[in-house]
Amino acid sequence: MSPAMENRNTKIMNRFDVTSRLIAKLKNEEAVIGGIGNTNFDLWAAGHRPQNFYMLGSMGLAFPIALGVALAQPDRRVFALEGDGSLLMQLGALSTIASLKPKNLIMIVMDNGIYQITGAQPTPAASVADIVAIALGSGLSNSAWAADEEDFERLVEAAMSAAEPSLIAVRIDDKPGVGTTRRDPVQIRERFMHGLGVREPL
Amino acid sequence: MAIAEQQTSPQAAHGSGDRSWHEIVLQTLKRNEIDLVPYVPDRVLTPLIKSLHADPFFTTFATAREEEAVGIVSGAWMGGRRGAVLMQTSGFATLANVLASLAVPYQIPLIMFVSERGTLGEFNYGQSLVCRTMRPVLDSLALEHHTITRLDELEFITDRSIKQAVTTQAPVALILNPLLTGGKVFDK
Repeated sequence: MSPAMENRNTKIMNRFDVTSRLIAKLKNEEAVIGGIGNTNFDLWAAGHRPQNFYMLGSMGLAFPIALGVALAQPDRRVFALEGDGSLLMQLGALSTIASLKPKNLIMIVMDNGIYQITGAQPTPAASVADIVAIALGSGLSNSAWAADEEDFERLVEAAMSAAEPSLIAVRIDDKPGVGTTRRDPVQIRERFMHGLGVREPL
Repeated sequence: MAIAEQQTSPQAAHGSGDRSWHEIVLQTLKRNEIDLVPYVPDRVLTPLIKSLHADPFFTTFATAREEEAVGIVSGAWMGGRRGAVLMQTSGFATLANVLASLAVPYQIPLIMFVSERGTLGEFNYGQSLVCRTMRPVLDSLALEHHTITRLDELEFITDRSIKQAVTTQAPVALILNPLLTGGKVFDK
């Protein structure tokens, strides 16, 4: 294990519980982008909000999509929920975000070290890499592991008023997502645009 | 190849005023309120990229991968801001997944400019092969695409295609052919 991982004194949490804690903290119509699979299943299960967007493919693009929303609406806080396996598909996006420095973007990585949804195979990073070290090395200086649920909530609070983009990594268990998102991409996109005030319903 | 068949006239600089292809693209983007332009660079696109950086109207920056740029402009569109992505043929070849799982099913007016490598004097065999995958991928998803060979048609095709993408909520690929841009040749 890398030195960073040996020093990692973090509790193993649960994705649905952590996601529910995040949603409970949102009071200002913050946008939330859910990555593919379990990440958006638990976002859906935590209670649909008009400002939620659920991905049905394009693995690894939760942070880039959230970056686009953040650049379009700089006065709105934008959260992105991504799995560790998904993030590994698109590590370059961390540097893009670090160079643009959108202070309203908050990235949350749910790290269980496995591709839970495909049969719990370990990711190539599982035993050798540290997500927060990667984020720091990519230029995202405001990156941290959440030690436990209380610390996660504290980090979310801090990110709400941070002067630079934030990345919060959470070690989670191997449980599957709790709900199943309704897979209707046009409705998902249209309702999200209503939720962001871009469009009115017909 | 198909392009040579449909367009046999050589470098089409006539009837276009004094503007270069990249000036026309920049002004057409601006007129259509497209101000977010992520890109993965290409030699041929360099004058366009330089002029976008020099114009404060645009937010333009490099991404590590083309699909990342597609994700960014898709998010921006949903947030009410218009964008376009610049890439090379080989970059387009990395996009089948994001086109089929994000841009098309979510009905996002993704505007792509593709600098065409792999034809009309290509010197790299790999580039010529990857180029042949581009139109079959576009056609397999029934995506609107135009190969632009003439300077005097550039503004019309670009302006109309952007407007069609937005109003029909469908992606479009504008392929910038070497007949338009000069392309990249071995000694460069």
